[in-house]
Amino acid sequence: MSNNSAVKKVQVVSGVTVRLAGDSGDGMQLLGTQLTNTSALAGNDVATFPDFPAEIRAPRGTRGGVSGFQVQFASHEVHTPGDTLDTLVAMNPAALVTNLPDLRPGGTLIVNEDSFEDKDLKLAKLRTNPLEDPSMENYNVVKVPLTRLTKTAVAPFGMSVKEADRCKNFFAMGLIYWLYGRSMETTLKFINGKFGAKDPNLARANEAALNAGWAFGETIEALPTSFAVQPARLKPGVYRNIMGNQAMALGLIAASKRSNKELFYGSYPITPASDILHELCKYKNFGVCTFQAEDEIAAACATIGAAYGGQMAVTCSSGPGIALKGEAMGLALMLELPMILLNIQRGGPSTGLPTKTEQSDLLQVMFGRNGESPLPVLAAQSPADCFNIVVEAWMLAVKLMSPVIVLSDGYIANGSEPWMIPNVDELPHIHITHPQRNDHEGPFLPYGRDELLARPWAIPGTPELMHRVGGLEKEDGTGNISYDAENHQKMVHIRAQKVANAAQLLPPQHVDGPASGDLLVLSWGGTYGSVYTAVHEARREGRSVAHAHIRYMNPFPNNLGEIISRYDKVLIPELNMGQLRMLIRSKYLVDAVGFNKVKGKPFSISELVEAICDAIDCEKHGIAARVG
Amino acid sequence: MTATLPVLTANDFASDQDIRWCPGCGDYSILAQMKKVLPEIGVAPEKTVFVSGIGCSSRFPYYVNTYGVHSIHGRAPAIATGLKVTRPDLTVWVITGDGDALSIGGNHFIHLLRRNVDVNIILFNNRIYGLTKGQYSPTSQEGQITKSTPMGSVDHPLNPLMIALGAQATFVARSIDVHIKHLGETLKRAAAHKGTSFVEVYQNCNVFNDGAWSYAQDKSTREDHTIELQHGKPLIYGKNRDKGIRLNGLTLEIVDLNSSGVKEDDLLFHDESADITYPFLLARMRRPDFPEPIGVFRQVVDSTFEDEVRGQIKQAEAKRGPGDLQKLLTGGDTWTVA
Repeated sequence: MSNNSAVKKVQVVSGVTVRLAGDSGDGMQLLGTQLTNTSALAGNDVATFPDFPAEIRAPRGTRGGVSGFQVQFASHEVHTPGDTLDTLVAMNPAALVTNLPDLRPGGTLIVNEDSFEDKDLKLAKLRTNPLEDPSMENYNVVKVPLTRLTKTAVAPFGMSVKEADRCKNFFAMGLIYWLYGRSMETTLKFINGKFGAKDPNLARANEAALNAGWAFGETIEALPTSFAVQPARLKPGVYRNIMGNQAMALGLIAASKRSNKELFYGSYPITPASDILHELCKYKNFGVCTFQAEDEIAAACATIGAAYGGQMAVTCSSGPGIALKGEAMGLALMLELPMILLNIQRGGPSTGLPTKTEQSDLLQVMFGRNGESPLPVLAAQSPADCFNIVVEAWMLAVKLMSPVIVLSDGYIANGSEPWMIPNVDELPHIHITHPQRNDHEGPFLPYGRDELLARPWAIPGTPELMHRVGGLEKEDGTGNISYDAENHQKMVHIRAQKVANAAQLLPPQHVDGPASGDLLVLSWGGTYGSVYTAVHEARREGRSVAHAHIRYMNPFPNNLGEIISRYDKVLIPELNMGQLRMLIRSKYLVDAVGFNKVKGKPFSISELVEAICDAIDCEKHGIAARVG
Repeated sequence: MTATLPVLTANDFASDQDIRWCPGCGDYSILAQMKKVLPEIGVAPEKTVFVSGIGCSSRFPYYVNTYGVHSIHGRAPAIATGLKVTRPDLTVWVITGDGDALSIGGNHFIHLLRRNVDVNIILFNNRIYGLTKGQYSPTSQEGQITKSTPMGSVDHPLNPLMIALGAQATFVARSIDVHIKHLGETLKRAAAHKGTSFVEVYQNCNVFNDGAWSYAQDKSTREDHTIELQHGKPLIYGKNRDKGIRLNGLTLEIVDLNSSGVKEDDLLFHDESADITYPFLLARMRRPDFPEPIGVFRQVVDSTFEDEVRGQIKQAEAKRGPGDLQKLLTGGDTWTVA
């Protein structure tokens, strides 16, 4: 082992963005998760963005098979996984060429030089070796014979060539850990936990690869400096790193416990929503009943059945599945039963981009049903917020006796951030009552109303409250079938007003920034972090700009119109063609402009800052914005 | 002093809603039998739920004074599954039709059966779409002229019992709307079975497909065109009970008990729990080649979906203790910011 480490410099930096890219079988997601957890445990603020292909194992070495994981860790608050990369790890030529454009000039490029043979270049459809390209001078290129070094490191364990090759992500991990002064403890614990019992030999080999990677960093001259990222000053509390889908699953369990209801989760496998099902089915000891239905429609309908029976019922999908559930959602709305519908959005239309993010289902969940069929819609803004939003959704659902839709997206579903773990006793207690035979006078009215226009949730098994519900229009009060013209008009109004009444239960819209000024940026959903950061940056540049991030999409918070009126201009950046913009323009008659992107990727902060400045400049010079 | 339970009658199960089926519809007879046997089945009205889809038959829940859901086309089995698995204390009936169960809801129908959810599914088969006014259904016969098949249907009809058996249904039966005694008994048998009970009921749509089952309904022809299955009894039918069914290799054949010299003991004896191949043979007995069996084709014991699902929850609770929410939230690697 070399003694060079003593002479290597350690430079303190406030934050770094690293992307790990390789074949989808190369273990990049594992590497990324480990680096994230380690950094979070070191007290950094972190934000991640996994980006993987829709194919489980696309042909090795091809551009289509490149899987990436990006993480930003910092000693200050971060709200996005970062724009440009400080360090890129590329395990093969395809990973290099597809990711290099995001590496900043002067950034560190770590490549596995063993995978730049002619055959590898051919797989990536390259005629020349990109490592020999003159543009490489712009970066600090570290060529690592990763395959050979890993092979040597694990040689004592007598593994096959293929098995040895699989350890190379741990070698890369060791090198990255050295570069950023990360502790290897968490990962060593992970290796032991994952492989220790069933394959101790493999566990030792992975440990050896990890250590060898670290030692390589200490030794190699191409890396004269390592970096240190100090802990961030987060709000005091106990934290864990959490992904959006995971947070959503925990939020559902918390809501079920706090309302003393068993959780029923009816779902059908679909990317990127399935992980919620995987997570929930682990927690049967919490009384969680998961049901993998025969199709999306059955998942929604079984959920209706469970809701009718008096349980906390939840169904989940992504856009294509939500389309299939449309008719059932209409029925749930008509039956006025509380339930939650989760839509983890992905790129559309049709099958679209299953593993990529997009915000293009807002209008689908607002209007994608026959008839006048409004439903409350909430949207999570970050991975950790997925916990809160489902608790809020369940509170709304039972108070209004209505299905409530919750939007998330691939970006926050798979992304992660530190989450301050709440104290269970401080979570809201959700009070639910079911009518009994003696607690009313006169005949029982299944469609009688309380002050919010919610109907009673009488459940089967209750003597003398037998009643029938169905999708046909109902008579006000009795719920009997009615084709009466006046009654239909009345019932359509009641159902609309009931949803509108949700606004009474919601907190007012919060604004970040000046109370009035040149520009208000309105955003929703998973773009929160990027927009928040961009608005702050624009303000640092002296711009008069405020930010309102909407979590309640239907109904909008009561004060939203008044807020909008205080700014000269409204900019709405969205990862769609302008869906919130359409709603805002129609509701508030404001000439809001959009900044829209549909590339399956989140916004970068720089493009948002530019859009903000453009919008302000164009307004001042009286010219039409060139954004949109 | 012992409290006496109120004795319920058919009237206790009648709702206050006006019935809107066409006069003469076979549904009336099925509803009457259901209301008659519900008190005998002995489940309290508040513990009983009828779930239906869309179609004439699916109006059924409105007419019974129990809990009920009139849902959307074809989806009643899925709703019933979600209800039963979360509320195993309830007795759940699914009321459906040939279009509802076998066309738009075919997927849910087979999955309900293969999971063996403990619900009773009654399929009113009238071989036509009634509520939409007379289009052909998945059980309409080849060549049948309907509003949407002016030159005759070219679709091969589905046999509901074979679908049910193919999905490994644990209780499969058939009855006839106007054969009220048989229908009532069959409904009671269905209610008594633990697991999915499937009953096909030949039901006459007197407006759009009148007489589709007349051979099985008319007392004058019924005995020659149907055969009543009775567990442990030989397959004998006919007005004079002079015809029987015998197994010849892998096929069934009709034998004349008077002229062929075949004795009762040589006939097939009905066994509700026989290997599933046997009820398949019965289900394939169709007019005009064979009399069509009515009664219980198959009844076998198997674990139910809700018992298995609830069992796993109990097992997880026993093994890991009831879930501790705070522990769950704090799970994984954590760190403290002071």
